[in-house]
Amino acid sequence: MVKALHIEAEHCTGCQQCEMACSYHHEGAFNPSKSRIRVFAFPDEARNVPYTCTQCAEAWCMQACPVDAIGMNKKTAAKEVSMELCVGCKVCTIACPFGTINYNHTTGKVSKCDLCGGDPECVKICPTPALSYIDAEQTGVDRMRQWAEKTDSGKRA
Amino acid sequence: MSWTKKILRVDLGTGACTSEDLNMDWAQKYLGSRGLATKYFTEEVDANVDPMSPDNKLIIATGPLTGTAAPTSGRWTAICKGPLTGAIACSNSGGFFGAELKNAGWDMVIIEGQASGPVYLDIDNDEVEVKDASALWGKSVWETEDMLREIRGDDDIRCASVGQAGESGVLYAAIVNDKDRAAGRSGVGAVMGMKNLKSIAVRGTLGVQVADPMKFMQAAGAAKQILADNAVTGEGLPTYGTQVLMNVINETGALPTRNSSDVQFEGASDISAEAMHEVRESDGKANLVSNNACFGCPISCARISVIDPEHFTVKGRPEYQIASGGLEYEAAWALGAATGVNDLEALTFCNFLCNEYGMDPISLGSTVGAAMEMYKDGNISDSDTGGIKLEWGNTEALVAIVEATGKGEGFGVEIGQGSRRLCEKYGRPELSMTVKSQEFPAYDPRGIQGMGLTYATSNRGACHLRSYTVASEVLGIPEKTDPLSPDGKAGLVKAFQDATAAFDSSGTCIFTSFAMTLDDVAPMIDAACEGNWTSEALLESGERTWNLERKFNNDAGFTAADDRLPERLLKDAAKTGPAEGLVSQLDKMLPEYYELRGWTADGVPSNETLDRLGL
Repeated sequence: MVKALHIEAEHCTGCQQCEMACSYHHEGAFNPSKSRIRVFAFPDEARNVPYTCTQCAEAWCMQACPVDAIGMNKKTAAKEVSMELCVGCKVCTIACPFGTINYNHTTGKVSKCDLCGGDPECVKICPTPALSYIDAEQTGVDRMRQWAEKTDSGKRA
Repeated sequence: MSWTKKILRVDLGTGACTSEDLNMDWAQKYLGSRGLATKYFTEEVDANVDPMSPDNKLIIATGPLTGTAAPTSGRWTAICKGPLTGAIACSNSGGFFGAELKNAGWDMVIIEGQASGPVYLDIDNDEVEVKDASALWGKSVWETEDMLREIRGDDDIRCASVGQAGESGVLYAAIVNDKDRAAGRSGVGAVMGMKNLKSIAVRGTLGVQVADPMKFMQAAGAAKQILADNAVTGEGLPTYGTQVLMNVINETGALPTRNSSDVQFEGASDISAEAMHEVRESDGKANLVSNNACFGCPISCARISVIDPEHFTVKGRPEYQIASGGLEYEAAWALGAATGVNDLEALTFCNFLCNEYGMDPISLGSTVGAAMEMYKDGNISDSDTGGIKLEWGNTEALVAIVEATGKGEGFGVEIGQGSRRLCEKYGRPELSMTVKSQEFPAYDPRGIQGMGLTYATSNRGACHLRSYTVASEVLGIPEKTDPLSPDGKAGLVKAFQDATAAFDSSGTCIFTSFAMTLDDVAPMIDAACEGNWTSEALLESGERTWNLERKFNNDAGFTAADDRLPERLLKDAAKTGPAEGLVSQLDKMLPEYYELRGWTADGVPSNETLDRLGL
């Protein structure tokens, strides 16, 4: 089963623990600015929204890379950047419509979410249900269930 | 690690910004944040300095756990000599500013002197500059943050600013960061304003490292589990915030009401956490929109509120029809019970104003309460107030005087001097509910005896956050004690004071102590930092900090005579509730406390005590 990192922003409190787990796992320091998942706050509307790579099936970053440095992990379906092959040309950062692949000046390479090889640190640390790692084909089911409950169809007890 | 080991020293007179190495010997003794900044402050500043002179320094400090994945790692502290009290001022805040400062590579910023005109401090990692802030002067905290983001062209900067109250010298002006988090008490914002420093704008991208990452993540994970499993930190605070206390404390008979003339407020439930959850008839929505977290915090106690758009305070004022920091218990009490006002929407608006203008709602509300009592007694008249009818429970008058205080207009200028000065001016000094000139918060010492000793001995003037014995006396944490009895409270207060100083110095939030002890904090610090950090070492560090603060105050002229409560609490018995007929029994607790502290009968740390703590 292929899983997806599923975001339910309405539960996010904006604590940024996900950014710390991500940056610690990948960069060895607690550094939100280097995190591959970012929480955006819209305080006037009382909203916090985590945002990261959704692992497009036909990933634009992967297609744009001139040196084939971005490949698909067959187990997780994550699009991963090869540190050996990446030349830091940044074409992928232009190609990605969502901005979720970014250049890291320290390494001279780009970085993006790689789902931590199938055990995402951000999900493990999140103190709320905002982040989960679930069957990629079933991400909408909980929301469907909520709406189903609100409809009038079906027999009632 | 996990100190950055670097201090930023800023001379506002010359604009010089220099980097210094952190004194690691001091870090091993005082840990960080509150403790370490107090050590620097007391080494560098004469205790007799005029708080509103350029010679008073302002230190902005993070702790070793600030900016790490430790739960509640967003805390930072402002230290200076307080203009409200003349004692050491030490004010702690959360939000995101502190973690950003740490990520910019600084443990601490020491701000000296006074700028010749309005400036802000621009910190972009190690690139630091004092810049002109003429365009920001006169602006609110909210406007200042928005303008600085525009000026810097960076949405990710974090700001700690003063509003108009800090500029005009309101003696309890706050430093407000992230728009609705505040280093609220003791007038640290007045000192920042005196220095002509409008804001500190920070962007930090360097990262925070810990000494033993594997061990640290295990310890932090264990701490998070403790917080999640605890009824207060895992459920009560996220759902109801600190406002969960409003009805509880009222039933305890310890809700200071109408300038402490009563201990129970008939309008308490109207301004409680439960009321914030209730759906309004007018717009079908509740006052409370959501809870929010500070940096790294799994508790998320912060209230986010939207005021009823039809309420008179915000009608036709779209700038206030937004989600922003809602009522915490202390603010709801001070603006509400202390003044007799039970209008939840108006109190929320006044709380917005406190964040916007940069004022401490505790001191403000308590001062307004005192003014209302003098208005009732005829000491203050309409000609003094400019026509504002300061009657108990007058919502419109409360809103008008809060706005006037923030803007520094009319009678608001006098309210901005705090209740001790106000009551003295109008000939009723006994009506000031203060200790060391600082207004006391939302717990009446007649109904919760330990809080009387807490207020009397707090080094920054009356305060609940130096030793929150309410945890034990009302909530039963770590074990239940009788709130009506003074027995054993001296030891309880000392234990809470020392532990609290250690929590504050770590860079994490004191609210974790509802669930965690120093035994749970020590493994995180030990893994993150050099040195051998046990809970005993932390507690000793806290005791050292407490005694150093006390020593500074003694040097500044404070004596045992200043460890006093207002006469009303010592002579006028509570009229209703469980504490009916009781007064504060401070005189029974204080001598025992001095003895336990190793202080003389005059409240001075003995040479033996100073030697033991290496002071």
